[in-house]
Amino acid sequence: MLAFIIRRLLQSILVMLAVSFIAFSLFNFTGDPVALMLPPEATQLDREEVRKTLGLDQPFYVQFAVFVQNALQGNFGISLRLGRPVSQLLIERLPATLELATTAAALGLLIGIPLGIYTALKRESWTSNLLLTGSLIGVSLPNFLIGIFLILIFAVWLGWLPSFGRGEVTQLGLWSTGFLTESGLKALVLPAITLGFYPVTLFMRLVRAQMLEVLRADYIKFARARGLTNNAVYFGHALKNTLVPVITIAGLQLGGLIAFAIITETVFQWPGMGLLFIQAVQFADIPVMAAYLCLIGFIFVSINLMVDVLYYIVDPRLRTDRAGGH
Amino acid sequence: MNPPLLQVKHLRIEFPTRRGILVAVDDISFDIAAGEVLGVVGESGAGKSLTGAAVIGLLEPPGRIAGGEIIFNGKRIDNLPFEEIRKIRGREIGAIFQDPLTSLNPLYTIGRQITETIETHLALTHAQARARAIELLNEVGIPAADKRIDHYPHQFSGGMRQRVVISLALAANPKLIIADEPTTALDVSIQAQIITLLKKLGREHGTAVMLVTHDMGVIAETADRVAVMYAGRIAEIGPVADVIHHPQHPYTIGLMGAIPNVGDNNERLAQIDGSMPRLTAIPSGCAFNPRCTRTADVPNQRCTTERPGLMPAGATRAACWLHAKQYVKQNEALPV
Repeated sequence: MLAFIIRRLLQSILVMLAVSFIAFSLFNFTGDPVALMLPPEATQLDREEVRKTLGLDQPFYVQFAVFVQNALQGNFGISLRLGRPVSQLLIERLPATLELATTAAALGLLIGIPLGIYTALKRESWTSNLLLTGSLIGVSLPNFLIGIFLILIFAVWLGWLPSFGRGEVTQLGLWSTGFLTESGLKALVLPAITLGFYPVTLFMRLVRAQMLEVLRADYIKFARARGLTNNAVYFGHALKNTLVPVITIAGLQLGGLIAFAIITETVFQWPGMGLLFIQAVQFADIPVMAAYLCLIGFIFVSINLMVDVLYYIVDPRLRTDRAGGH
Repeated sequence: MNPPLLQVKHLRIEFPTRRGILVAVDDISFDIAAGEVLGVVGESGAGKSLTGAAVIGLLEPPGRIAGGEIIFNGKRIDNLPFEEIRKIRGREIGAIFQDPLTSLNPLYTIGRQITETIETHLALTHAQARARAIELLNEVGIPAADKRIDHYPHQFSGGMRQRVVISLALAANPKLIIADEPTTALDVSIQAQIITLLKKLGREHGTAVMLVTHDMGVIAETADRVAVMYAGRIAEIGPVADVIHHPQHPYTIGLMGAIPNVGDNNERLAQIDGSMPRLTAIPSGCAFNPRCTRTADVPNQRCTTERPGLMPAGATRAACWLHAKQYVKQNEALPV
């Protein structure tokens, strides 16, 4: 187990190095920063001076090492647009995005998995067919369109829910949460549904397909032949086998929801990292973009690591302490 | 005489398809007495596994029982509601399938799977069920059963897994076990062990066994009686020694002739020309008639027009017009 985790950790570090390298390269695509910082009448000597204090006279790999070193300490520089430390900006925005993404992921799992099981077990019923047809819409409709429709219906026509913003937030140390106030929860509903629609349909179809596959397995037939009740067969034997591959997709989805909440955040003016990133792109705010890239990379890598460990716990075949056998 | 444990009467299994109804098992009848081992042999697609599945109500849709009766312990079981037949499965009729590698759920320990079966059928506490599970594992020859019980299926070899499957089938002490090709997926050296074990346990527990296989050697070693199936019908049924040494149906005769003998120095094995018909193209009359070398011995082309039922033939019963009384008199002298 330990060796397995260490191996995965080493791989994760490699991935993070690659991601930070790409983030670092961003700086070199935007021209000479010294030229941007100094007035046009500055002398060549002044330029050399600034270059030296900023460490820009160092070779490429030394600069990269400094970047990584700073990043490890959470220092990504100052936002060009807002003039504040990037890490501070991200910490302010992170809770909004994480709350939105986890709510959407929870919707996906809590609604998608039961629906998937239902449509697999009641294959012939018209509700299953209706759900499956509906899920096609969910898979194929773009995110922002769903968001705009929801705003039109529930905010504009019915006036039940706010169309933008995060409502009132409560500050818990560094973390700002919208879960504790009524307006915060109300504001969460539409964006969470918008962002959660795709995972719901995805998990439903995935669980259904996987469950149908598992139900054909010999050990299910044998479980029936042993006289187990339907509940024991479906929920004791079939479900666990169904959920093993779902873990992977769920992990990737959570990462994806965090990273691609951008569109939903833009539609609802949700004050999360995605919105911050979009604004950074418009202003060519390189330090924010680089930091965002590193953070998303880090989230993906951590989730993947957790998925691997979870797999290891769920599936005994992956544990290496083999006894007996041929 | 006691009524037989299992009676199958005129069983017919159909598969509705877009191109019409396929009859996979057509009007077969046989009995199994308590404690008896009935071997069912036949080529792939002869309907032997389907018959076994039908007995425990596990035909996979769209397959369905379209006629006949299955009577177990004096009670008709082919038309029971789900909950009733479920209680019979495992409790009264156990099952063993072909592939021990896939018969066990990979995510649970074998102990969990055995105790779960025991607790479903018997009123035992969890501790008692576990004790019984260890006892069962000991009985099927798993060494260090008290430790191995907490292992996962992938930690066992193929032969050991089939032993676990057998202990699962025996968990609630059923009166009948349907063993569908229990040794086909195993190494030859392991096959003999499993067959010996099955035979021994059947004898000790007084369990009847319906042994479905295409391996005549397994049948010869294990079975009391044997039913030879061909194209969804029983061609011949009788005591195993008689069927092997004095087969009466031309198909069985061909089958026995095709078994190689050590010591014989034949250049070629005897074979039956042609192959078993597809379900879509079963000939009228006797299903074997296109391949049979004896059709000329039956007058009026009866083999191609009228289906023969099982009739007494030597010490067995065979579905062949050669043994109809009026022709037997012409062909050979009947011992009166």
